[in-house]
Amino acid sequence: MSDLRDLYQEVILDHNKRPRNFRIIDQATHHADGVNPLCGDRVSVFLDVQDGVIKDIAFQGAGCAISSASASLMTEALKGKSVVEVEHLFEAFHNVVTGECDCPKGLGKLGVLAGVRDYPSRVKCATLAWHAVRAALQEHQQPVATE
Amino acid sequence: MSALHSVTAPHPALPPLREGLERGDLDLARIRADFPILRQRVHGKPLVYLDNAASVQKPQAVIDAISDCYSDYYANIHRGVHLLSERSTVAYEGAREKVRAFLNAAHVQEIIFTRNTTESINLVASSFGGSTVKAGDEILITAMEHHSNIVPWQMLCERTGALLKVAPFTDAGELILEEYERLLDSGRVRLVAFVHLSNALGTLNPAKTLIDLAHARGIPVLVDGAQSVPHLAVDVQALDCDFYAFSSHKIYGPSGVGVLYGKKALLEAMPPYQGGGDMIRLVTFEKTEYADLPNKFEAGTPNIAGVIGLGAALDWLNTIGLDAVAAHEHALLEYATAQLSGIPGLNIMGTARDKAALVAFTLRGIHPHDIGTILDREGVAIRAGHHCAQPVMQRYGVPATARASFAVYNTRDEVDALIKALCKVKELFA
Repeated sequence: MSDLRDLYQEVILDHNKRPRNFRIIDQATHHADGVNPLCGDRVSVFLDVQDGVIKDIAFQGAGCAISSASASLMTEALKGKSVVEVEHLFEAFHNVVTGECDCPKGLGKLGVLAGVRDYPSRVKCATLAWHAVRAALQEHQQPVATE
Repeated sequence: MSALHSVTAPHPALPPLREGLERGDLDLARIRADFPILRQRVHGKPLVYLDNAASVQKPQAVIDAISDCYSDYYANIHRGVHLLSERSTVAYEGAREKVRAFLNAAHVQEIIFTRNTTESINLVASSFGGSTVKAGDEILITAMEHHSNIVPWQMLCERTGALLKVAPFTDAGELILEEYERLLDSGRVRLVAFVHLSNALGTLNPAKTLIDLAHARGIPVLVDGAQSVPHLAVDVQALDCDFYAFSSHKIYGPSGVGVLYGKKALLEAMPPYQGGGDMIRLVTFEKTEYADLPNKFEAGTPNIAGVIGLGAALDWLNTIGLDAVAAHEHALLEYATAQLSGIPGLNIMGTARDKAALVAFTLRGIHPHDIGTILDREGVAIRAGHHCAQPVMQRYGVPATARASFAVYNTRDEVDALIKALCKVKELFA
């Protein structure tokens, strides 16, 4: 059970149970849907971007604890950040969950998802909302898929 | 078990389940010893493999048959004058005869080797459908089909302007026969295609009844037997189906080999599916004469060792007997259903009266993916996801389910391990 606790940390279980920013932004400037065709999980992200800064960010959707918590933690991490910072943060986050980089430095709370690196089949769950945000910022018309 | 009886008419009735459980008809220790992969531990726990509906493990006899082919007598088939080619041809065609006997088909030429169930269905959609289905015609399927028995028909409909009709099922997961008949009565249905045993619900459809109802209106029927053939004896002549499709990898054989059974007269009238070597009699640049059945539908060098491996798998399965397999697995299913039902918050999806070999479920507040990951750490392998049956998930309004599926080598102790692991899931998410 101890190694499972590395994946399912209290913060993750908490964000799964009570996701933050779980709503729709009616006046969103950017919006995109993400789907994981492997499991059918879906996430919709909404952003309100003013002068290159994310003033508000929210999500909706149904997914596993890892994808829900990751989406919730992501919205907390990205609120107030500039669009440019999103890419840097995504890269750092991606490196940690895929195990390419060990140190979750600068990731703040997002570091609780580092345990995903020991579960390769769950990397897509952890990154689904991130892919959707990047698609929204690039104004993709089609839902982005993890495949 | 009435539907099971109707398709296994020549066989004796199954013993009452509880009695079957206590008798322990099968020598499970001996059966399990045939599967080298089952001896391992995963994450430090004994492997409990309950993902058999996705793909089943292989007995040593199958591994040996494939290995022997490559180490002793492998060569290309149907063309060599040399000894190895002759030996490979005999083994390959011998496997075709084993499949014929297994399905009780009337003629060995009615057995076509493909890559998998999906390709078998695509063959029929492309060749039979392409040559007989016109704009305004209808193809009738059910709402519990695997994507492989939906998408090929959608593609055919797009090409031809035909319409795809879908027979609904009840909340329990049973096909609604009145609706099925009503859809058959449109006068425009050119083909019925249905799943024998649902991979998402475990429902065993009343195949003989569905076929008879279609035939009464002159409509041919394809049965998707991917899940059914490892679990119950199938007699294509007793069923009187026109096409029956299944995969080797779900019946203890290797992956990469599928079977299409088709009635001879239908197959003879159908145009080839793919062109190439081995499916011709004579080729000139002006015209090509096609080979007779079954070669007409087997263009190119097939999976020779794989087909031979399938033959070995059927031999192995016959030493146990499908009636004994069905009785054992049904007892396991009953036991698992009872045990799972005792877990608060657990909901079983698919509660048809006639079920076989698998149980799909959800746990309140816990996503099936999380269940799958936690079970894996306990050594228990199950499937979590939509099971390539997204319309079934939509029908119940869930994104995914967890599914435990059984094979002949599974034990009651393994069901207990599943239940214990599920309790850990609940503990972690409490």
